[in-house]
Amino acid sequence: MQVYLPIAEVSVNAFLLLGIGGLVGILSGMFGVGGGFLITPLLFFIGIPPAVAVATSTNQVVASSFSALLAHLKRKTVDMVMGTVLLIGGLIGSALGVLLFSYLRSLGQVDLLVQLCYVLFLGVIGALMFVESLNAIRRANKPGARITRRKHGWVHNLPIKMKFRVSGLYISVIPPILVGMFVGVLAAIMGVGGGFIMVPAMIYLLGMPTKVVIGTSLFQIIFVAGFTTVLHATTNHSVDVVLALLLLIGGVIGAQFGTRLGVRMKAEQLRILLATLVLGVCLKLAIDLLIKPTELYSLTAGM
Amino acid sequence: MIRFIIFLLICALPAHAEEEIVLGLSQDQVAITATFEGSDILVFGAVKRETPIPDKSELGVIVTIAGPDQPVDIWRKDRRVGIWVNTDEVEVDAAPSFYAVATSAPMRDVLHHVEDLQYRITTPRTIKAIGGQVSDSVAFMNALIRIRTDEGLYQRLEGAIDLEEDTLFRTAITLPANLTEGTYEARIFLTRNGRVIDEYRTEIPVRKVGLERWLYNLAHNYALLYGLMSLAIAVGAGWGASAIFGMLRR
Repeated sequence: MQVYLPIAEVSVNAFLLLGIGGLVGILSGMFGVGGGFLITPLLFFIGIPPAVAVATSTNQVVASSFSALLAHLKRKTVDMVMGTVLLIGGLIGSALGVLLFSYLRSLGQVDLLVQLCYVLFLGVIGALMFVESLNAIRRANKPGARITRRKHGWVHNLPIKMKFRVSGLYISVIPPILVGMFVGVLAAIMGVGGGFIMVPAMIYLLGMPTKVVIGTSLFQIIFVAGFTTVLHATTNHSVDVVLALLLLIGGVIGAQFGTRLGVRMKAEQLRILLATLVLGVCLKLAIDLLIKPTELYSLTAGM
Repeated sequence: MIRFIIFLLICALPAHAEEEIVLGLSQDQVAITATFEGSDILVFGAVKRETPIPDKSELGVIVTIAGPDQPVDIWRKDRRVGIWVNTDEVEVDAAPSFYAVATSAPMRDVLHHVEDLQYRITTPRTIKAIGGQVSDSVAFMNALIRIRTDEGLYQRLEGAIDLEEDTLFRTAITLPANLTEGTYEARIFLTRNGRVIDEYRTEIPVRKVGLERWLYNLAHNYALLYGLMSLAIAVGAGWGASAIFGMLRR
């Protein structure tokens, strides 16, 4: 069944979109990621204009994150204070990102920027995750080895300190604001929630306890992604609600299956799988940039 | 002055006293609905004449359908630091978003190139004012036509018009699903030995209708409201999913 998307102005198969939503839903249920980093490239592959793909993905991120946040709120694993500080940075970053996005769109370089960001971040995160989970599997086989974590770094010597009760931290607000800003820019440019950057940053850079990290990151992501969606809608007119709705329906159903699959598998196996997937998407995008394209020319039609 | 202009207009008009076009269209508007998959437009008509058919010259029919003009930026990639980047740009002031040209015989038989220049009939002639800082703007123009031809947006249908007894003609033109909305213009030319002897123009409005229309207007005229609505749908879906999850667990 073909559906004409009113904003993207292309006609696509509705079941294909439901399938993409479902696939990403399964993954987000299994791995606890928003899935924005997969949806955006998949939308590129099926011929949705990049600007629309990015803007609509942020909307999708809001939905999947909101559903997950509700579960975390029930378990009281959300640090609202830290979330708010991250959020302040995130909103600034998101506004900067959307401005940068429309500027590059006028220069004709937006596709390149989005692709480069993807290759860079997916490559780094995928490789780190892969190595880390391989080590974890090895460690599990050799009992007795201990995980060491540094408690104090340069992060803890900066001014304007604040108490974060839920996280049990007394640190400067500057690093969380910077982390938030960085993720905000990424959300706007890549159409992702940025959880895959934020979670490691919170654990390793800010030293937050792992149990509050996911909930807090979700809390921040919802607002940043929501804000980005509205900004894209008002500056670029590129949010396609029909596309978002179809992806959502698939995503919601997929997430149910994903969660059940996830329970049956070991954490390390899950992470290795996710790392492989991330590296795969990264490789595909990198190849597109590196080998000579069959069509050297591209068109941007004015409105 | 006005008389002079009228005089010029009369001179500019083709001499079509002898043979005229009578036209019909299978649909006089195209509605883009949520399940729009493209549309066929049947163009048919007849040649009206008071005198017998002249037998010493060749009659030709050309049908064109043009979408609204848009400015287009054409980019060319080049290798920079190992990766392929958009480097050269050519800006086209106006190129039709859709253009189909159908003829009753090979193009060179039905259309003289001087007439093509005047009436802008073949696809390259419809693209206006190509400018830029590159030396090979022809390559960019060819790329524009090639890409749009691959997408079904530019069509060259030589010999696709059935012309019967030099009087009745008909052809079907397929509008693809990825249409831009606007007013499409259909032109029908009657030629003899490549010279245009009559021209007929009509408009085919292509509009999004129903939900598509409403969403498009909302997104462009009430962008903030539209953005908030998208958010509300997302939050609602997230909440709904969580509620259903909860119910299934119990």
